[in-house]
Amino acid sequence: MSFEPRILGFLCNWCSYTGADLAGTARMKYPPNMRGIRVMCSGRVDPGFIFDAFRNGADGVLICGCHPGDCHYAEGNYKCARRIPLTQRMLKDLGIDPKRLRLEWVSASEGQRFQEVVTEFTEQLRELGPLKLHDINFDPAHPDPESLEGVEHA
Amino acid sequence: MAKPKLAVYWAASCGGCDIAILDIENKILDVADFFDLVFWPCAADFKYKDVEAMEDNSITLTLFNGAIRNDENYEIAKLLRKKSVVLCAFGSCASEGCIPGLANMFDKQGIIDYAYKQSPSTVNPDGITPQTKVKVPEGEITIPAMWNTVWTLPQTVDVDYIVPGCPPQSNQIAAVVEAVIDILKNGKELPPKGTVLGASEKTCCDECPRERNVKKIRKFVRPQEIKIDSKICLMEQGLICCGPATRAGCGAKCVTAGIPCRGCYGLPAHVRDAGAKMISAVASVIDATDPEEIQRIVDTIPDPMGTFYRFSMAESMLRRKQTT
Repeated sequence: MSFEPRILGFLCNWCSYTGADLAGTARMKYPPNMRGIRVMCSGRVDPGFIFDAFRNGADGVLICGCHPGDCHYAEGNYKCARRIPLTQRMLKDLGIDPKRLRLEWVSASEGQRFQEVVTEFTEQLRELGPLKLHDINFDPAHPDPESLEGVEHA
Repeated sequence: MAKPKLAVYWAASCGGCDIAILDIENKILDVADFFDLVFWPCAADFKYKDVEAMEDNSITLTLFNGAIRNDENYEIAKLLRKKSVVLCAFGSCASEGCIPGLANMFDKQGIIDYAYKQSPSTVNPDGITPQTKVKVPEGEITIPAMWNTVWTLPQTVDVDYIVPGCPPQSNQIAAVVEAVIDILKNGKELPPKGTVLGASEKTCCDECPRERNVKKIRKFVRPQEIKIDSKICLMEQGLICCGPATRAGCGAKCVTAGIPCRGCYGLPAHVRDAGAKMISAVASVIDATDPEEIQRIVDTIPDPMGTFYRFSMAESMLRRKQTT
């Protein structure tokens, strides 16, 4: 069976969630891999939510907000746009492919765009494969799992 | 009545916390007067077997500093947990990993290779690297092997209280010691488990005397690159200051002196990840809306991981670099 990525989506209430809704009511087909969470604004997405998602088993995180200039709160989407490049850089430093985090602008009328974004992102993550994080939780039975692999000291 | 017993231990740490305890000046006499010191490797000659011989829960208070990164650290952490009524993660290493925790950005083999073979200052013509066993005329000696990942004390054993700081400030230690003596002497109730002692709930910014007004940064700089204004918020001058993601309690010493907060007092209440908070704080001062310009400004930060997680890598949400 092929790998089905788990995507956590943060969709802005004013544009992207409505866009996703439109995709649904218009019977547009897209992969069921994304679980969407409605947030009031893409600027509401604390980078901690993203780290938390990866920590808890997401293979990819998708954030969708209003197009630049269209934010319901004037500049929440710009705040988001400033956070993502730094978050991606830190993911890269942590050995996690920064492509697993994606920011897209989807307006309320762009059901088709939403369909394309989710389809494309799912395909991309399918190619990247599952995100496996090791040594995330301390295991008293194997306090140093790596030592079992016999690190050379000599 | 017998005196309450006190133990102090160091695991993966620099010894600064031990010095900080001695640095509480004349209060140290109260400590010596009130407590019976039963174990303190840095300052007194007790052995592990002395602790092993004690009854469970016979040590009233253990101040444990240092992170957990080898079998010895972990064994003693478990031992002291069993023997202590109150186990306190003392200082940044024990509570959040601190500088040793930055080893989580590498793997064990890489650290050993760099330290003993590759670093420019290494002179090691015989290629000697650390061994866990060595044969001497008297027999074989073993030392504990380093782990691949550094953990904090609360991640490995059950911890009652946390005293943050690298090291905790002497006035805060003195206050904690006074409070403990008061509780034990007068039979008062202990604070709820998990309480952070000797610090505030708020952030370093709350104690910072600098003015905050405009937030328009087009380039991040390091302290040696600019003449630092003595009154204005350091972040607004383009310096990466970890104050917004750091617990107050130090008295804002560094920022008052013109040095950006490095984050040694750990996470403020209700914050789970220093890096995530710092991304938000940094993003809020960037003066750009164009994606390329944003990228350019962000790229002027030399080392976001080492800067944001300098003290809390081991307790960060993603814990370590994923090496494959």
